[in-house]
Amino acid sequence: MSDTTFDVNARIGQPWKKPHFIQRRWLRWTLLAGFIAYLIASYMTIEVNWSRVYEGLERGKNFVLAFTSPDFTSRSSDIYEGMVESIVMTVASSVVGIAISIPIALGAARNVAPLPVYLICRGIIAVSRALQEIIVAILLVAIFGFGPLAGFLTLSFATIGFLSKLLAEDIESMDKVQAEAIKASGARWAQWINYGVQPQVMPRLIGLSIYRLDINFRESAILGLVGAGGIGATLNTAFDRYEYDTAAAILLIIIVIVMALEYMSGVIRARVQ
Amino acid sequence: MPVQDAHGLKVWQRRTSRESLFHWVLWLVGIAIFAYCWQQISAATTWFFVWDAPRIAGDIWTRATPPRWEYIAQLGRPIWDTLNIATLGTLLALIMAVPVAFLAASNTTPSRYLIRPIALLIIVSTRSINSLIWALLLIAIIGPGVFAGVIAIAIRSIGFCAKLLYEAIEEIDDTQVEAITATGASRWQVMAYGIVPQILPAFAGIAVFRWDINIRESTVLGLVGAGGIGLQLSSSLNVLAWPQVSLILLVILLAVVISEWVSAKVRGAII
Repeated sequence: MSDTTFDVNARIGQPWKKPHFIQRRWLRWTLLAGFIAYLIASYMTIEVNWSRVYEGLERGKNFVLAFTSPDFTSRSSDIYEGMVESIVMTVASSVVGIAISIPIALGAARNVAPLPVYLICRGIIAVSRALQEIIVAILLVAIFGFGPLAGFLTLSFATIGFLSKLLAEDIESMDKVQAEAIKASGARWAQWINYGVQPQVMPRLIGLSIYRLDINFRESAILGLVGAGGIGATLNTAFDRYEYDTAAAILLIIIVIVMALEYMSGVIRARVQ
Repeated sequence: MPVQDAHGLKVWQRRTSRESLFHWVLWLVGIAIFAYCWQQISAATTWFFVWDAPRIAGDIWTRATPPRWEYIAQLGRPIWDTLNIATLGTLLALIMAVPVAFLAASNTTPSRYLIRPIALLIIVSTRSINSLIWALLLIAIIGPGVFAGVIAIAIRSIGFCAKLLYEAIEEIDDTQVEAITATGASRWQVMAYGIVPQILPAFAGIAVFRWDINIRESTVLGLVGAGGIGLQLSSSLNVLAWPQVSLILLVILLAVVISEWVSAKVRGAII
């Protein structure tokens, strides 16, 4: 605390007060006032049609109730096809995305790659991270037509930015001594990477890959909204027709698969580390 | 140590023959799965469009450049809406996430066998469903507009914030809590003076981090009708107004970069 010198006698008998999170008084009050002003301003601009909300509550209740009786059967073939397409897109795009991101991660690690390669790879990562999946999907659907190919390309592209960035950070923070030992034995560059670098980053690579598989599955569920294949299209029609029991069934399947993937990734990560 | 006998010389190997066999089988299975997936995708693709793709991409590029700069005057309000969706959504999410996090953390939960699993279920289910799906659902229930977007972002963010927050709560230093308890503090006083000050920096960091993510997510919510700049994007796409689309994409990119910069600055100042 800033007040290190104080009169003990004056403090005796007075209750202790918790110091404030922001010490400077004027800054604290300006931030607070500004924030409240912003909240009021934003609240004023949001138009809420309360009668519409009230009407909707009935539908909301129906939706919540639909979770108690999800309908897996009446649209089972649509759900099955959409799910298979989502899973197929997820697996294929994860494999391709990971395969592409490994060389890019090597290029984006400053201790492995020379400066020009480093800059190019960092540029690729920045572009891939800045563009959102759904926007990329819109553009790719416009270019490649409707269907899972656009979704597959979108997810592969998004995987590159995510995986390369995190893997490159891991390569940069690896233990130099082990890699040097391999180099000192007269290894070529490929052997150096294979025996000096790869064993150190492998657990991290496996963990990240499974995590990305999980993310790709979740994203594949919405790509259908813009025509890029997967379960999203089925879900969208279910909402449009107010078939909440079917929508509830799809959402339950998504949640179960995500939970299963999360559990699986926990088991695998515990094994490799 | 795995050693192979080659012409009387002992050669070191990385794996024993059983291990390498196992590896090859694993690779084979993996490749078979990938081949099957690729076949499925390829069967559902109209390859004529794919061969035509470079021409179409070039065509879109020529139509989209230069962006229609004067359209920016109409983007002020949508950007303001997008900002509001992200900020108010994050705020609502944090309000809901704090109790969930305290119920989910194994050292603060009232019951490990009954309440903790419920809290964890809330965290997983809100996290696994994308904000666009939440938005679709809320639009069907409460009608299109910014309000649906705010609620969608709020629900979607609960799981993320609560997960990170409960991990921070589980990592707190117990000795400080014990010291407060030893002074005879009540349960709520222990919370306010023993636990909260320890997790406050993590909480602020999570809030800013999620706000940054929510800016990205709220830019596309309009595609399904939940307000914000995505609404302009989808209406421009519907009439194939490519110069407007390219301007909107530039604005979104700028918003994302700025929010990332702000969040990095604030987190740097807090942590």
